[in-house]
Order: sequence, then structure tokens, then C-alpha cells
Amino acid sequence: MQVNLAEMKSGQSGVIAAIQGGQGLETKLSQIGLHQGKQVKKISSVFSRGPVTVSVDNFQVAVGYGKAVRIMVEVNNSA
Amino acid sequence: MRKIVLAGNPNVGKSVVFSQLTGSKVMISNYAGTTVEFTRGQLNTEKESFDVLDAPGTYSLTPSSKVEEVASSLVDQADIVINVVDATNLERNLLLTTELLEREVPVIISLNMIDEAGHKGVKIDLEKLESLLGVPVIPTVAVSGEGLKELVDALPRAVNRKMVSLETGDRWAYVGSVVGEVQEVVHRHHSWLDTLQDASLRPLTGIPIAAVILFVAFQLVIGLGELIAGFLEDYIFNGLYEPLLAYLSRVMGGSGFLHNVLIGRLIDGEIEFEESLGVLTTGVFVELGIVLPFLTVFYFVLGFLEDSGYLPRLAVMVDRSMHRLGLHGYSIIPMVLGFGCNVPAALAARNLESRRERFIACTLMAVAVPCMAQLALIVGLVGRFGGAYLAVVFASLFFIWVVLGLIIDRVMPGYTPSMVVEIPPYRIPSLKAQAKKLGMRIKGFLVHATPYILGGILVVNILYTVGFIDFIGVLFAPVIQGLLGLPGEAVSTLLIGFLRKDVAVAMLVPLGLSARQFVIGAVVLAAYFPCAATFTVLVKEMGVKDMFKSAVIMAATAFTAGFILNLLLDTIVPAAYLAIGLVVVAITLALVLGSTSDRRELSDFDTAA
Repeated sequence: MQVNLAEMKSGQSGVIAAIQGGQGLETKLSQIGLHQGKQVKKISSVFSRGPVTVSVDNFQVAVGYGKAVRIMVEVNNSA
Repeated sequence: MRKIVLAGNPNVGKSVVFSQLTGSKVMISNYAGTTVEFTRGQLNTEKESFDVLDAPGTYSLTPSSKVEEVASSLVDQADIVINVVDATNLERNLLLTTELLEREVPVIISLNMIDEAGHKGVKIDLEKLESLLGVPVIPTVAVSGEGLKELVDALPRAVNRKMVSLETGDRWAYVGSVVGEVQEVVHRHHSWLDTLQDASLRPLTGIPIAAVILFVAFQLVIGLGELIAGFLEDYIFNGLYEPLLAYLSRVMGGSGFLHNVLIGRLIDGEIEFEESLGVLTTGVFVELGIVLPFLTVFYFVLGFLEDSGYLPRLAVMVDRSMHRLGLHGYSIIPMVLGFGCNVPAALAARNLESRRERFIACTLMAVAVPCMAQLALIVGLVGRFGGAYLAVVFASLFFIWVVLGLIIDRVMPGYTPSMVVEIPPYRIPSLKAQAKKLGMRIKGFLVHATPYILGGILVVNILYTVGFIDFIGVLFAPVIQGLLGLPGEAVSTLLIGFLRKDVAVAMLVPLGLSARQFVIGAVVLAAYFPCAATFTVLVKEMGVKDMFKSAVIMAATAFTAGFILNLLLDTIVPAAYLAIGLVVVAITLALVLGSTSDRRELSDFDTAA
């Protein structure tokens, strides 16, 4: 099942399937470590359109809501 | 002299490596974007002396922000690049490494925080990494100095790989394959720091944590600051220093120009540190007796917030609210720094990507965030009229901050894109590093502020003596009196405020103002224009045109706020109610009006960056 990062539940893991936005957004996210095929785990989000924090490899990134909704994740059902 | 440039991702410890190599003192914190400009130092080895440049952290050499531009151009000038790599975070860091390897420059890798990687269960095969990348890889723990000698010894082995340029997708694939071959990750237990780390990011626990931290920080700065300032005033200034000055005053005959400049006016035949306005009396007292104690406590607290890694988490917690002001969460960092001094805060705004964001952040910061020097005087002097009046000053500035943000976000075209920031792990701040940083900051204050404070007082005295202040006092009386309800001479404080805001606030004392007048004076002084030092940096950061716009906004805001306070405070609304009212109205407006930036970003699908 594909959902965006904001819709994912805290504690869920998944693989980034696509980034829906311009080239600029894709490059920017990829530079910080969020690129297609990357395994991410959602740690938390601040309610009402707050930023989403995910852990990738060994580090954590906070992504503002406006960008989080553009990151599509294929959620692992087991998690 | 050959040039070494330290390059790497943000918050990997470049500045620590730099300070270990060169012995130079530099600001080091635990969040991305501490270094915004490059710092220069010298490394002397037995054979050769090097010029060492510490570049600001960057994820890429393709310049998309001011900070990345600086880093990229530094790499171009380098004879050797030391690529500082965070060992706990190999994959992301090696992306930049590949970009460096494509450039025409010898590279050597300092695989930093190798100890932390060990704790996190990350094992790296150094030899394999070295052979795959084709450049020397030296494991280091920069904070303790481990591996740095080896790094220096290995400098001659730095290799220019001239790797074939890769496309973004291929770059990830290449880095992924390298990491797959050299890194082994063992699962490890959650430590208490990890638990705290997650708790401070979840809203239900994170918001209370943020509230407690900010409350404690505020109480500590105000409470401890007052305590130390009071002690200094009673024992050092009144007990020891005053008799000395009284003697000097008698020797000088109690009057004359030199006496006025050095000692100032005697109040009922006595020296009053707050009112005499002499360089040695008020000048020294303001700098050392009031500002220094508050500033020391503030930087002590700030140091812990910076080095623990809490600030980016605070950014996450306030992101929603900041969006309403046309900013995102990370701009809370310049705001927090601004409470220390607006100068480094204006520089920190470089980490914000768009011109729009920088404009809003710099303007709001300069208008509504008084620096600790000014705050110390406000707390000390307005506080005397009672906590309610002090609360009105803070509430007014908060109101200005929020309402001005709401207005600019609506009026200014475009939107502020949402943030993407790395959240560093919590680290327990080292006391030694804290002491060093505090020392640097205090020294910085003494060196940079002293000429302005003493010079400001000197200028006041000269202007008084030649009658200039009385002249412009009469000239501006209609505005100052009619609009703000202050005596015409108060214009002198606005004049000195261009130089130093703390001295300007102190100059309100001899005017013999009422509580409400003092509050109005303090708010207008805080908001109307940045001090000379901040102004210079803001012009550099924003450009002349934006600074001009910003200055118009500042002055208009300050006088409007002063006028409204003059209408309401104590005439219609008592201080305590006004303070509460201002905060409630500001928050309500922010909640009701919502965020323009959000709507604009979500509807702009293609160019989102």
C-alpha cells in the first residue's frame, strides 16, 4: 500500500516509492538521504500539519508537512 | 602556502577537526549550520605550514544556497581537501565524497566520530573503504583528538582521483554498493538518550518538554542574572568602586568637561551609577555590572542547548506556529541566538534557503528580539516598576513579532517552503568545551561592545555639552511627546540607540519617567532600528534594498506600537491586563488567520524545492 509520509503512522516502516514534486525537491531530499528505494521509519509527527520525523539508516530527518505529503512510501505490512 | 579545505556534511565535526589542527578557537555546536562563513587558521607540521580553511557544512557541491556557494568555491581553491565524514552516517556522507573525488583536487578522508559509530553498532572495514575509494581514510575522534596526528601525517598521501562524473541516480547506486561492502550494522539496545530523543519529537511529550526547557532557561537567565548583578552592585560597585570614583571626582573638582565625561553629573553631590552618565560610572557599570552577568548566564544556558542537540528538536515543535509567520521551524535558531546578540543571529539566518525567508526572519528578529545587553537593562530598570510593567514590554514585543509576521507573510509574494533538517543525536555536552565556548563569547562581548558602550557615553556627553540634544529635543518634541507621550529629550536615547541599545535604555533613567513612559521608551528602543553592529551585518546579508524596506517596517512598527501603548497603558487598561491581552490577541490572530505560506506551497506542485 502506498501512502505519503504524512499519512504514515508513527512506528511504521516502508520504502520510498516516489517523490512527487519538481526536480529541485527530489535533489534536495536525495542529498539529505531521502531518495527512492530508501527504507524509512516514521518516528513521529506533530499534529495538524506539523513536520514528520523519520529515521533513515542511522540518522533522523524532520520534513515539513508541505514536503512530507509529496513523499510516497510503500508501507511494509509487517511493521 | 598550500591551502587545506575541510569539507563535509553539516554537523559532522569539521569545526572540531579544524580547531584541533590549528589550535584556533571556533564556535562548535551540535546542530547543522553553526559555521556559516569559513574560518581560517594555520597548521604547522615539521615540513610545511598550511593555510587551513573550515568550510560550512554542505550536502552537495551544487550550490543552491549561500552556504553551499561558500563551500563549493572554497573547494575550488584548495590544494588538499580533508573530507570529514560522519562514520555513523556513511551512506549520506559518501555522496558528497563522490562529488569531491570528481574534482581536480587531492582528497583525504577523516572518518570522524568513529567511537560513536562503534556505540551504535556500526562496523566499518577501513582498508576496504580506502581501496574502494582510492584515497586515504583515517579514523578520527576529533573531540578527543584521537587520530588527528595520523591525519596530519597522512596529508602527503592525499590523492586526486579525478573520478568520472556520475548522474544522481548512479551516484546513489555507487555509494550504496560501497557502503554495502564495507559496513556491517549490529543491532543494539535503545539507550536512555534514544528514549529521550524520541520523546522530545513526539508532540504529546515534546511540547511539554519544550515548554519546561524554555521556562527553566528563562527563569535561570532572569533569576540568576539578577542575583549576580545585585551582588556586583552591592558589594563591588557600591562597596569598592564608588569610593574610588568619589575620590577621583573630588580630585577633579567635581565639575568641568573632563569630569562630566569620566564621572558624569553628580546627583545630590553623589555618584549614581545609573544616572551620572560618565564613562567610568554609568559606562563601566552598564557593561560589567548589568550586561555581563545576564549575558554570562544566557550564554551558559545557550551553550547547553546548542551542544546537547536540543535546538533542532525545538525547531520541529514550533514549526507549525512559525509557518503562520511565514517562516519554518529552523528559523527559531536565529531567534534564540538573537537573544544573545543580534549579530550572530543575522548570520545564522543564512541557513534559511529563500530570500523571502531570510527577509522575514531578519526583520522579525531585529524588531522583536532584544539582545541580552538590552534585555538586562530592561529587566533591571523596568522591573523596578513591578513585574506587570516588565510583562507589558515582553508582551508588546511578542505581539509585534506575531502580528508583523502574519502581515508580512500575507503581503509578500511567494511562500516559504517547508523545512528538511537533520535531527542530530543527543550528546552530553562536555564541560571543557562549554567553558571554552563561554569564554570565547564573553571575550567577544568585551572586545566588541566596550568601544561602543564607552564611545556611546562619550558621544552623549559631547552632544549634551554642545547643546545638540536640547536642540533636537525641542525639534522632535511634537512627535516624541504627541505620539509617544515622552519628553522631547527622549530623542537622545533614540540617537544613542543607533550605537548601543543598552546605553540607550540606561539613558531613560535620568529623564525621570513614569512607569508607563519607561515601558513605551523601552519598547520603541527595542524595535525602531537595529544597533550599528547589527545594521552592518544585515545590510551585508539582505542587500541595501531589502534592508531599506526592513528599516521602514521597523520604524513604522516601533512608532505605531509606542503610540498604541501610549493610548492604552494605564489610561484605559492596567499593565497586567494589557500584558495578558496582547498575548491572547496575538495568539488568537495567528490561530484564526492561519498560514498563507502553507496554502501557497501545497498548491504549487511543480516548482516545490
